[in-house]
Amino acid sequence: MNRRNVCMLAFAAVAGIAMAPFPQARADALSDIGARGTIRIAVPQDFPPFGSVGADMTPQGYDIDIANLIGEKLGAKVEIVPVTSANRIPYLQTNKVDLVISSLGKNPDREKVIDFSEAYAPFYNGVFAPADVAVAKAEDLAGKTVGVTRGAIEDLELTKVVPASVEIKRYEDNNGTISAFLSGQVEVIATGNVVAAAILEKNPPKRPELKFLIKNSPCYIGMNKEQPALMAKINGIIAAARSDGALNTISQKWLKVDLPADL
Amino acid sequence: MTYQFDFGWLIESLPVLFKGIRITVQLILIGAVFGVALGIACAWVRALGPKWLKPVVAAYVELIRNTPFLIQLFFIFFGLPSLGIRMSELSAANLAMIVNLGAYSCEIIRAGIQATPRGQFEAGASLAMTPFQAFWYVVLVPALQRIWPALSSQIVIVMLGSAVVSQIAAEDLTFAANFIQSRNFRAFETYTVSTLIYLALAILLRQLLAGLGWMLFPRKASR
Repeated sequence: MNRRNVCMLAFAAVAGIAMAPFPQARADALSDIGARGTIRIAVPQDFPPFGSVGADMTPQGYDIDIANLIGEKLGAKVEIVPVTSANRIPYLQTNKVDLVISSLGKNPDREKVIDFSEAYAPFYNGVFAPADVAVAKAEDLAGKTVGVTRGAIEDLELTKVVPASVEIKRYEDNNGTISAFLSGQVEVIATGNVVAAAILEKNPPKRPELKFLIKNSPCYIGMNKEQPALMAKINGIIAAARSDGALNTISQKWLKVDLPADL
Repeated sequence: MTYQFDFGWLIESLPVLFKGIRITVQLILIGAVFGVALGIACAWVRALGPKWLKPVVAAYVELIRNTPFLIQLFFIFFGLPSLGIRMSELSAANLAMIVNLGAYSCEIIRAGIQATPRGQFEAGASLAMTPFQAFWYVVLVPALQRIWPALSSQIVIVMLGSAVVSQIAAEDLTFAANFIQSRNFRAFETYTVSTLIYLALAILLRQLLAGLGWMLFPRKASR
């Protein structure tokens, strides 16, 4: 070994020691994913059509399709982590997952602890009726009969805003509301877009269309705070999927309708 | 026990509760009158009616007595619209209760009729009664008198069973209780109140039917 090589070796060793005690305060999630080659994504397993377990026991749904889309664009293998709505944020905070794609709505409390991407899925409650029913706002419901699921958010909200002449029929659960619409017992229902999708799934002669919104709370992808690189990457993927129609295809597949214009 | 009772909601919920009581009472009054009438007609067929009609009534009675009331109700409300027969939830609830009570009271009344000795019927005929008069005075009234307590119980059972009509959004007392509970989340208090109301209604209905029995069958000495 000559002198020169020894010098370089010594330099490398010193440099190595100098670098080693200073790991980044918080790992960059995006480069971690790149290094690992996999991305861990929390998805729902009990909330169709966003996430449920199919007949072949594999997870399926809107959120799973989004997870796979993101994995594909990042060039990482997707590791699906089934979560419940109660533990999805703790999974993220304890770094068990990199992303939460679990029909997650945004609210100020959640914004304190995690960051949200752009919206990737529509989630709203509204008044639905077939095309030939002329209703555009709460006042137009005067004299009509509206079916809702008793105690649901749309029941509470609708009861506040509609005129007194509206007859609200309150069914025990969403299945009761769906049956009442399908059997023609009520023409107008106030419900969530997920329930409307369940009705559209049956290909009824009268298709429920959104007449007006009661509450709009789209779904966002959750990630840990201070991850600008990951955030930019995810938002870029969502924007691209929106413009190239991939997102709309997923919406048509699981929600049976086009993406709303505001998403 | 750390549970804090709160009946503050009761005052503002009274209109909903009263509407629920009104609907439940209305359902049982209509259901009882037409249900028992249907039961009498069916009992006549099964005991003394034309031979060709007997299997039809027997099939009806067996079908209703061997299926759950809730399913009968769902069939009428959610099923029949597929055949173009659509009715309001109250009509559907009434119809289901009439059909249900009709089948059960048919069997109760038939038992009363069959307990009437054949000789009495013939005695009526020998007194130059028409077949209808003979059926009415000789067969039916004594039969009803015999089975009145059983029939009263069946009517009370149907009234309590009417709680399930809330499933098709008929706004009866159970619906009112569920509705109030979904707004105030005071399950214990709400269902305590509705339980007491059902209890009062059932006792009242029994007294009413007992009174009706005294009026209809004044000559009964053995009571």
